[in-house]
Amino acid sequence: MIKKTIIEKIFHRHLKENSKEGIKPGSIAWIDLDVVSARDFGGPNVVKNYRKVYGNDNVFDPGKIFFTFDLTVPPKTIQYANNQQICREFARDRGINVFDVDQGIGTHVLIEKGYVLPGTIIVGTDSHMNILGAVNCFGQGMGDVDITFGFRYGKTWFEVPQTVKVMIKGSPTGNFSAKDLTLKILKEVKTDKLLGKAVEFYGDAIEALNLAGRITLLSMITEMGGIVGFIPFNETTGKEIMAMNNLPSIPPEVTADEGAGYSEVIEIDITGIEPMVAEPPYPHNVKKISEIGKVKVDFGFIGSCTNGRIEDIETAGKILKGKRIADGVRLAVVPATRKIYAEAMERGILQDLLKAGAIISNPGCGGCAQGHIGMTGKGEVMVSTGNRNFPGKQGDGSNYLVSPEVVAYSVLNGYISYGEDV
Amino acid sequence: MKGMKDYVFAGRVWTITEGDGNKLIADIDTDQVFHNAYLHITDINEMGQYTFGNLEGWKDFHTKAKPGDIVMAGPNFGAGSSRQQAVDCFKALGVKMIIAVSFGAIYKRNAINSGFPIMIFKDAERMVAANKIANLNRLNVDLLSGQLTNRETGEKFQLMPFSKVQKDIYDSGSLLNI
Repeated sequence: MIKKTIIEKIFHRHLKENSKEGIKPGSIAWIDLDVVSARDFGGPNVVKNYRKVYGNDNVFDPGKIFFTFDLTVPPKTIQYANNQQICREFARDRGINVFDVDQGIGTHVLIEKGYVLPGTIIVGTDSHMNILGAVNCFGQGMGDVDITFGFRYGKTWFEVPQTVKVMIKGSPTGNFSAKDLTLKILKEVKTDKLLGKAVEFYGDAIEALNLAGRITLLSMITEMGGIVGFIPFNETTGKEIMAMNNLPSIPPEVTADEGAGYSEVIEIDITGIEPMVAEPPYPHNVKKISEIGKVKVDFGFIGSCTNGRIEDIETAGKILKGKRIADGVRLAVVPATRKIYAEAMERGILQDLLKAGAIISNPGCGGCAQGHIGMTGKGEVMVSTGNRNFPGKQGDGSNYLVSPEVVAYSVLNGYISYGEDV
Repeated sequence: MKGMKDYVFAGRVWTITEGDGNKLIADIDTDQVFHNAYLHITDINEMGQYTFGNLEGWKDFHTKAKPGDIVMAGPNFGAGSSRQQAVDCFKALGVKMIIAVSFGAIYKRNAINSGFPIMIFKDAERMVAANKIANLNRLNVDLLSGQLTNRETGEKFQLMPFSKVQKDIYDSGSLLNI
């Protein structure tokens, strides 16, 4: 029997019978999809394509299709309101469920609602669908043509990617978070080493990550140019997934065969890791925080599909409780989902953040796509837990990507920092 | 449409370089190609004007590009988001194809699935840096053999030819016609 990597095994399970080529890197496979989703960006284009090409033809399975509105929630312009309504009307017409503007980031909502299970394949109009890798699911972002086809037929083609094995080594001693580990890896692999590849991570530091930390790391596979990443479950990962999705049991994770074929093995030594910062204008432009000098901060952002979990907000809350952010500095906090928002409220974390001076918004993507919160003006410096800092992405200012800890300390001190000034 | 497709293109090339130099820009992301401020647009006819609207030095591209032009870019072109508009905006301008050192994974799918020709040219950076291919040179490109000819010099280069699935979708015009 041919030994397989995780992505190859997941593909193999979903292979259409008429795919003769089989599963090997470079081959084209027609694959069944478990869930197909579209957001308020891309979604209206999907509806438009669908009506034009397929008319009144049925979607493949209304129970496996979702709209998830998370970008401009509630809509801030009439155009976005119209676009969302186009999706709602189509959904009503075809019996499709909508996770509407009150729910939060689509990928996180799909996990919480129990649609994301180990070994499944889920696609959507979100380039960070690969956060689902944290649940051992192959999540793939797609454009509106791909998703339109998926709505109709519940399948698509994939070129089977090569898999790279990334071994995390070394003995880290200082403070570091999942985001710092993510940025450290990004610093090493840049955008070329994993381009177009699936990734399997191994090593003590990475396998110790909790589910939120896994989401942080695997969301930024996109910024590494990769397709999807997987981390072997530890003894609590399965329980964490069941707690998040409220299911009594989940299928076992798909693991790689001993002796599976990897295109490359990359070793990354994280000895000496410390809080990391991705300087604009690229996410892979990563330095240690001790290397960047004193950078004055105007605005802090905590949220996004990368760092919008309860653990991220709790971390910031602990640092800021009973304190007050620096004069002239603003802080915005955007929980990833409604469930997280409710938990942060019930536990008093939102109150602590509010008293410290934070702006707290309803759940969603925040500023990543000109949503409500997270824009910068020319000359303004943002320190953000997000995943992209490309020029002009979130306004004319500059954007430094960091962990929730670093955002919290930076807005307290007024400059990018880790630890409170005394 | 089947059987009516062109497989050999002739057109002038825009080498997407930094400033007036000959270094192809790497990692051009979809927010530089088609900024998120315009993602409410669903009509392809409105998209052309925003092409490269957030890419320093190339913001006026839509006023300069002519139908039939070819775009040549550096590695990881179309990194970032899943937006189809970042492919459609070139179609709207009549740009015939994009050649790059490599493409972002989602961008590659989006282009192939909408029947828009993209081709990988591993040596693009080196050849542009060496002025073997310069901005506005007239090129011939054969999609199936992968041969690129610079008509200014007669010099030939090898690109990665169309894959089978890419040709099948291109022949149909779109994944949606399959």
